[in-house]
Amino acid sequence: MAKITMREAISQALMEEMDRDPAVFIMGEEVGVWGGTYAVTKGFYDKYGPERIKDTPIAENAIIGGAIGAAMVGQRPIAELMTINFAFSAMDYIVNQAPKLRYMFGGQFKVPMVIRAVGGGGRQLGATHSQTPDAIFAHFPGLKVVSPGTPEDAKGLLKSAIRSDDPILFIEHATMYQVRGEVPDGEYLIPIGKSKIQREGSDLTIVTYCKGLELSMKAADELARDGIQAEIVDLRTLRPLDMEPVLESFKKTNRAIVVEEGWKSYGVGSEIASRIYEEAFDYVDAPIIRVAQKEVPLPYNRTLEQAALPQVADIVEAAKEVLK
Amino acid sequence: MAETINMPKLGFDMAEGVLVRWVKQVGEPINKGDVLAEIETDKATVEVESPASGVVLQFIVEQGDVVPVNAPIAVVGQEGEKVEVADGEKKKEERKADETPAPQSKPEPATTAQVVSPADDAPVKASPLAKKIARDKNLNLADIQGTGPGGRVVKKDVETALSSGPKTEDRKPSAAPVFASPITSYEDETVQLTKLRQAIARRMVESKTSVPHFYVTHEYKMNAVMALRKEVNQYLPDDEKLSVNDFIVKAVALTLREFPNLNASFAGDKVIRHGAVNVGIAVAVENGLLTIAHKDTDQKPMRLISSEIKGMVARAREGKVKPDDIEGSTFSISNLGMYDVENFIAIVNPPEAAILAVGSAREVPVVENGEIKPGWRMKATISVDHRVSDGAEAAQFMQKLAEFLENPVRMLV
Repeated sequence: MAKITMREAISQALMEEMDRDPAVFIMGEEVGVWGGTYAVTKGFYDKYGPERIKDTPIAENAIIGGAIGAAMVGQRPIAELMTINFAFSAMDYIVNQAPKLRYMFGGQFKVPMVIRAVGGGGRQLGATHSQTPDAIFAHFPGLKVVSPGTPEDAKGLLKSAIRSDDPILFIEHATMYQVRGEVPDGEYLIPIGKSKIQREGSDLTIVTYCKGLELSMKAADELARDGIQAEIVDLRTLRPLDMEPVLESFKKTNRAIVVEEGWKSYGVGSEIASRIYEEAFDYVDAPIIRVAQKEVPLPYNRTLEQAALPQVADIVEAAKEVLK
Repeated sequence: MAETINMPKLGFDMAEGVLVRWVKQVGEPINKGDVLAEIETDKATVEVESPASGVVLQFIVEQGDVVPVNAPIAVVGQEGEKVEVADGEKKKEERKADETPAPQSKPEPATTAQVVSPADDAPVKASPLAKKIARDKNLNLADIQGTGPGGRVVKKDVETALSSGPKTEDRKPSAAPVFASPITSYEDETVQLTKLRQAIARRMVESKTSVPHFYVTHEYKMNAVMALRKEVNQYLPDDEKLSVNDFIVKAVALTLREFPNLNASFAGDKVIRHGAVNVGIAVAVENGLLTIAHKDTDQKPMRLISSEIKGMVARAREGKVKPDDIEGSTFSISNLGMYDVENFIAIVNPPEAAILAVGSAREVPVVENGEIKPGWRMKATISVDHRVSDGAEAAQFMQKLAEFLENPVRMLV
């Protein structure tokens, strides 16, 4: 097993799938000659040429709309959004067209499209370029929302996403491209819609995904020093949501916190907590705590930005609180 | 496809039922027709059968919950199937009821006498898990010291209580104290009305105050029935022997076929004359009575009537009646013959138009052709809703009934 970065893992997934299937192509802002804002597609333009690595105008509506059209006539487009914040410009296509076409045309069309989008804060990009609006997209039936927290999962899930016949929003985190992790050698796929226990424990359950996983793993190390064994369930996919490992873990620990980077209100944590209350009420031994971003537009100032984002210390504190 | 099972509506006036016991547990395989749960209605404890085969996926209500009719109680489907919808269906009130920590919340059959104890009403703060364990282990949460935030009782506290010796709740009424004095002081006992008792109370008051009753009594010559019964029973195995009541039930059914106005229900501005003749039979059960409903009595042979009634009576006495056992009667019979009763009058069972109260068949001195000799006689009194029928019709009914009871061979052919 090689230890590679998240960037390399995503890059490998794209390249393997492009080599495997000539219908796969990439389009987005600066993905070609420049090699991608986060350098994920560096070298792709030289290898595959302008036909399959398409630089687009700064027009998100056109990127997603074009990708949907291509997908409907048999291609497998990977549309890149430089940041997920630009998705709002293409909102109609993302939530109102792509997820509904197959349904509304009675299965005559399918939309095998992957939208790769970079989300998350922490890089001082200001309030409009640092958001984590994952829950908004996960709200819409028909759109699968995937957001991995390890290089291994990123590679395996992205390959599955490219092969899927349904539109998929694949959310990567802006501060995680340098995160290293072990990735299996050779070809492998990870099924979409399966949560995973990333760390076993018996005292409480931490439910999280993406950046929250990185923070929660560190928090779990700290908690272990105090003799607290946290079990971490990584959702990996927000829709379809796989609650089985969450409920199984919760029935064992009876206490849970949910960690997400987005805002608390109407968020992933709310959804998970509700489901636990609904499906495992008799196992609840303490109110579930949500750890999330402070409810303000994310500040530019570094100190304030870090104060607004959920931190390892917040998770440790919430874990101790839920165990009281 | 998961199927949601709802609280059945077992009577025209049933508004809610108590889920007394889950017979199958979550995860258990279940076949269509298997008993899933027992519910207590106004009338009886009845079994709820699963309408589908598969696995019990989820309970939506808990044992002891009072559930409105047609509200979902459980979900049956295929193993591993997701049940997302059903959760949302759970009524808010029930959630609230869940949250109010009731130390005595263990499901208790309403038939058990219960001593009212006001101290039990104080809510105890406890986590749902702690409540569940306490309920399962029969612990009183009020006796447990909570160490969670705000004194909340959590799992750890219940487990500590469990391991540090039983403070198991003793809910039985304490035995009367024995004094040195030869006089024992017996204390008053307050007994909560069971659902059944409440229903009887409500319906009888309703009937006696709103239905104008009149009564017609007739004395029947039972010599022929007694003789025929003796003869027929020689050829029947012990568990299939006919009772006097079987003859009466059949005779009443055949008579009703000719008196549609007494096989009827009063409904405000109209009378519904029922097509089917379904004879209801009052059965004494623990803490009350139930009327079982024998279907299409006029069209069935007496042996079948007898065996069907035996089955229903047995289920009624065991508190295991099926919904079909107690629904749909069009006329009722109350027979106290086995208690050596000469005659009595019954209260009409609304919305039925009439009820027949049957006394004992007794061997008494009778005058025949100017001579006194022994003969079998039985008195019966019909109570009738005067809004539906009048005295003459009732009297004719009683006469017609005599034709069958005094010539019982007619009922066998």
